[in-house]
Parts: sequence; C-alpha cells; structure tokens
Amino acid sequence: MPPPPLHTRGATPGEPITKGSQGKTVRSNPLSRKGRYAIGNALVTALLSIGAVAMIAPLLWTFSTSLKTRDGVFALPPQWFPDPIVWENYVRVWTAGPLLSGIQNSLIVACSVTIVGSLASALAAFAFAKMRMPFKNVLFLSLLAGLMIPFPTLMIPQFMFFASIGWIDTLLPLIIPGIFGNIIMIFFLRQYLATVPDSIVEAAKIDGASYLQIFFRLILPVIKPALAAQFILWFMAVWNDYLAPIIYLNSPDRQTLQLVIANFNAQYAIQTDYPLIMAASFIALLPVLIVFIVFQRQIIESVALTGAKG
Amino acid sequence: MTTTTRRPTLQRSTLHRTEHRAALAFVAIPVLGFLIFTLYPLLYSVYASFTSWNGLSAPIFVGIDNYIAMANDPYFLQSMWNTLFMMLGIPIGLVISLVLALALNRKMRATTFFRTVYYLPVISSIAAVAILWQWAYNGDFGLINQTLAFVGIDGPNWLQNTATVKPALMIMAIWKGLGYSMLLYLAALQSVPRHLYEAAALDGAGTIQQFRNITLPMVRPVTFFLVVTSVIGGSQIFVEVNIMTPTGGPEFSSATIVWYIWQKAFDNLQMGYASSMSIVLGLLVFLITFIQFRLNRRNQFSIE
Repeated sequence: MPPPPLHTRGATPGEPITKGSQGKTVRSNPLSRKGRYAIGNALVTALLSIGAVAMIAPLLWTFSTSLKTRDGVFALPPQWFPDPIVWENYVRVWTAGPLLSGIQNSLIVACSVTIVGSLASALAAFAFAKMRMPFKNVLFLSLLAGLMIPFPTLMIPQFMFFASIGWIDTLLPLIIPGIFGNIIMIFFLRQYLATVPDSIVEAAKIDGASYLQIFFRLILPVIKPALAAQFILWFMAVWNDYLAPIIYLNSPDRQTLQLVIANFNAQYAIQTDYPLIMAASFIALLPVLIVFIVFQRQIIESVALTGAKG
Repeated sequence: MTTTTRRPTLQRSTLHRTEHRAALAFVAIPVLGFLIFTLYPLLYSVYASFTSWNGLSAPIFVGIDNYIAMANDPYFLQSMWNTLFMMLGIPIGLVISLVLALALNRKMRATTFFRTVYYLPVISSIAAVAILWQWAYNGDFGLINQTLAFVGIDGPNWLQNTATVKPALMIMAIWKGLGYSMLLYLAALQSVPRHLYEAAALDGAGTIQQFRNITLPMVRPVTFFLVVTSVIGGSQIFVEVNIMTPTGGPEFSSATIVWYIWQKAFDNLQMGYASSMSIVLGLLVFLITFIQFRLNRRNQFSIE
C-alpha cells in the first residue's frame, strides 16, 4: 500500500546531468523511439499469440475430438479438422447417460443457491456497512476468519449431519448451506457500499423509511452492478463444483452435471469412445463459456477488483 | 453531552435499539450459516479427530492415536509430500502471469482479445478441464505428445509415470490459473501512477531498475494476495487427481492430502482418522497464511 520513497533514489548530484543528456538524445529523434516501441509491440503480439494458441488449443481439441468418429480419434497424423465431421455424437450423448438430468440438477442447485444466497448476502452487507449494531466487527471478522477453514476440514461432520437427517442423495446438502449467504460476496458488497455516503441512508431514515424499505429502494439499486458481477462469479463456482456433489450424490439421475461428465469419462474411456466423452465435456463447458463471453467486461472488472481489495 | 434534556437521549436510544435489532436480523442468516455449517463442523472435526469412528456407530474416544498413526502412515506422508511438491507450480505460474500482465499492459492492439483468451481456462469447469487434459496427456494419441512429436520429442505416458504425473498436474494447474493471476497483476500495473516511471526515467533508471524498484513493490499486495489464495487452493487439490488418476496415480504418486482424506472417510469409512488428517490440513493452511501475513507485514515495514 505505501508507495516506496523513490524520489530519494539516485539523487546524487552528478547523475541528473547525464540523465538529462540521455533524455535529450531520445527526444531528438522521437521516430526511432516510436519505431522501437512498434517493433516491441509486434514481438510481444507474436509471443502472446503463441501463448494464446497454447491456452485455447485444449478447448479446441476437445471440440474437434467431439466431432470425430471413434476411429478418427486415433488417426495419424492427428486431424484438427475431422474428416468426416460427425455431429451424431451430440445426439448420442443425451441417451448415453443422464446428461439432461445432470443439467437440470446443476441448474436447480446453482439457481436456488445464488438467488436466495445473494439476497441474504446483500442484506447482511447492508447491515455491516451502514447500520449500527453491537459486536459488528467481531461478527464480521469471525465470518471472514471462517473463510480460512478449508472445506475438507468441515466436510466429514457436515456429511454426518446431513446423513442423520436423511438428506444424502438429495440436492439439499448442496443447496441449504449456500442459501445462508456467501461471505466473499458480503465482503465485496460491504466494500462497495463504503463508497456510498451515509447521508442518503440517514435522510431516508428521517423520512421514516423502514430498514427494509431503505434496502430495497436505495441500497439494492446502488449495489446492482457489484451484485450482478458477484452473482455471476458465484453461479459459475456452484455450477463447476465437484467435491461436495461427489460426497452427497450417488444415484445417476440425482447427480449434477460435473459428476455426470466425470462418470462419462470413467465409463466410456474403457470403450475408447472419446468423441462421446468430449461431446459431454464440451456441453458441460458451453453454458459457462457463453455466460463469460456475454458478461466478460463485468466479470473481468469485478475480478480485477478482488486484487485491489484483497 | 449530559446536560441535554432526557427526552432526546431516550428517543435516540430507542431509535438505536430498533436499528440494532434490524441490523442483527439482517446479519442473522449468514451468522447462523456460519455457526451451523462452519463453526459446529469445525469443533466436531476436532473432537472426531480424537476418536475411532466408522460413521455408523458412535465415535469412541482414543486420544491421540490417530495422530500417531498418521505419523507412521506412508500413504499420508506420501500424499502430504505430493501436495507440497505440486505447490512448486505456484511461483512458476505467478512469474509467467506477471510477464503476461506486463506484455498486456503495453499500448497495443488486441489486448482485450488476449485477456479474454487467457481467461477462458479460469472459468472452465475443473472437471471438464481434467477430462480434456487427461485425453491430452494420453501417451499415444494425446495432444501434448503429438505436439512434442512434431518437434522430434518422444513424450512419456504422462499420467502413468511416477516421474511425470506430478509435473503433468502442475502444468495443467498453471494453464488453468494463469488468466486469473494475470488479470489481478494487470489491474495492479494499471494503477501504478505514471509519474513514478517518469521520475525514475529522469533519474536515469533503466527498464530493469524501474521494474525492480517500482513495478515489483507496487504489485506486492497482489503477489501477497495471490500467494495466500493459491496456497490455500493448492493445499486442497482434489478434482483433477480424482478424475485423471482415480487410484491416486502410479505408486500413489499423485494422491493429494484431500484425495486421501476423501478416500479414507468415504471409501474406507475411517471417519475419525480422516478427521484428524483434515485437522492437520486446516492447521497447515492456517500456519502458511499466518506466516505469509507476518512476512508481508515485515516487508511493508522495511519500505516505510
């Protein structure tokens, strides 16, 4: 946070003169400097492009494989553009395993957790940021400290707890803990609310508005952009979750999408039906990819904020 | 203060009381969630770690037997070693992402495009990513070895080989996490005041000096944040291990601590033993975070 005292560096008397002369030579032919920057840019772009290929190749390879025949997978040299292109894998995949119910289950979990949980988180963030309350800091810091505890440390008692009330092999153990809110979201919304002047809340209070009214009419509209970004990030996290579902869900038709594709992988690798596995994986990737492409500006901006706030 | 009439103070205190009550109601849900799903399980885990417990009958108190067993359990030690070893990928990933961020911080075209492409693996589901990388690591037909063959290298069977399975998982983790740390670094770089560089350039500082004396200190908070979160995340690697090497890898060489806890708890029903390992994991995470915070504080001191 504190900027280093750079100005004191290199303040020896002799130096500035040589530097000044250097700066002058650079300034005297600005074209070469510009030209150097352009060459640098071209070089950097080329390197970044190679990197970009490496980043995207596995995803493209998945898509390419999903369009191949079972034997086409083993063609040498490998084909980036499958010949023939077989769309049939995307038809087969729906009957080859409980893919559809996987998507449904994932949607049920992710939607209920994020919608209810976001409301709970936003209310709590409002209280933590703008309201007077006893033990406010103690409560907030305890919640934050809870973030440090890894889920594996909690999963065994959680599992036994849900087992004792007969919720194993249902979606409830995945939904219920989530709807109590998300501490990361509370943290960021609280930070965001710190930029909102207290006076508007005070003014509304004097006008006789109840706290719920203040929340819904004043606070919610203000935090909407931050809430939306956090909502999307949370949705993707729940959608992609694997460890909690694998603990709680056994029956194939109760499993979430991530478990379904993992089972596809285990089951069809033996039959070397890689196109089918890749088709299922690609379908699992697609919703999140689309959400990301559509909301990329909001997502990237709010992620970039995490670093600044952290 | 005390000389004011009684009425206003009374009124204010009732106002405060309503506010307190409303605020407590608003935070009640997350606080309850914390108590039920974090604090209670944590305390129960601590208790269970001192018991022999199969999850069916009641736990039997056995003192520190689990912890003694752990110290003599070669699988535990191996999985701990594997987990720590794979964390070596964290600094490598951070260096690469800082370089990427520096490149994207230049004034040039297509930076938004690159940013998006590098970020794609971050949002992709880890299960799907593990599946496609497992296929990419296939010894004969995988993308990796095909690419290596292109430049004349005969690649190993990555996931079946004790020497390559951990590096393979690390490469995949770096690939997946690169975009995230790059993005945070980029945001930090963009918030460095330009005049610092201008002043340094006037003082004759070269590019490397500017990097060492301005850029690195200015992105230190982000480095700190990334190290802490990556270590916490890295200590909990599970999904890719479970999908890519379902048996813990050749000679148990890719089994991580969370994978082993999961196996002991839910396959072998050794809930007590698994709990004690999960407590060790929690302590480890706490310890590393604590050390990081101490180091960070000391670094900030040396600047001031």
